[in-house]
Amino acid sequence: MTVAIIRFGGSNCDRDAERALEHLDIDAEIVWHEDGLPEDTTGIVLPGGFSYGDYLRGGAMAARSPIMAEVREAAADGVPVLGVCNGAQVGCESDLTEGAFTTNESARFQCEHVYLRVERDDTPWTAAYDEGEVIEVPIAHGEGRYEIDDDRLAELEDEDRVLFRYCDENGETGPEANPNGSKHDIAGILGDRDTVAVLMPHPERVTLPDVGSTDGQGVLRGFESA
Amino acid sequence: MTAYTATVTVRLKHGVLDPEAETTKRALERLDFELEALRSADRFEVDLEADSADDARERADEMAERLLANPTIHDYDVEVAER
Repeated sequence: MTVAIIRFGGSNCDRDAERALEHLDIDAEIVWHEDGLPEDTTGIVLPGGFSYGDYLRGGAMAARSPIMAEVREAAADGVPVLGVCNGAQVGCESDLTEGAFTTNESARFQCEHVYLRVERDDTPWTAAYDEGEVIEVPIAHGEGRYEIDDDRLAELEDEDRVLFRYCDENGETGPEANPNGSKHDIAGILGDRDTVAVLMPHPERVTLPDVGSTDGQGVLRGFESA
Repeated sequence: MTAYTATVTVRLKHGVLDPEAETTKRALERLDFELEALRSADRFEVDLEADSADDARERADEMAERLLANPTIHDYDVEVAER
């Protein structure tokens, strides 16, 4: 099994993701988007970065890259797909997931640690946690405010497809704990299937013990069941 | 074939927060301008050859649908003029 980490022009968290997965003994390789998905792909990471310089909108260009048609097909076949930060923007721009990640309420790039509340513990990405558990994960984005129209937001919540919400260290949500103005404090969501997830925070940056915290390991362990 | 410019204007949907416009508004107010509101939009001017203005509009519409606008947050309009 090999997890394909798709590198677009401007991706810059691809190597972090590779090292983090290797640390968890999950076989992974970086794949240049023009080379297409390898045949033995058993999982896909859309990594963070600034694909195509964030021109137009974060993730907009990468989402229209031909490899994304292959990613959508693989996702529909049940191959696990995880989009992180810019990869989350690519996921929404390519309709793998609903809604959009757009300009932070502050209109600034924000690089800080945040707390996330695990909203479901029965998905591959969160099986290592308990529902309601609070984890600390860094964010680094200028366009991370989750936006979606109210009807579709209600559907998303009815279908229980919110994976993580921003919160304080006690798990309480609210404007103070929401770093970017995301609707209903949403930090990460699921696609049509539980095997497809995107989130703005960076679990791969809190996976190697050397960096001080391993709170993000559970998310990447979602690929172990693949 | 005729030469046209299709102007595609992409705006945030009504009700979608526009932090950049808010920041710009505050900066204008710091310069002592008085204003009630400010909205920003992206404008794309696409030069193309087409059989008719309708054809040019249709192609520009498709560009907006497929890339220039994100239907989750944007509305857009297209204007076509001969050049």
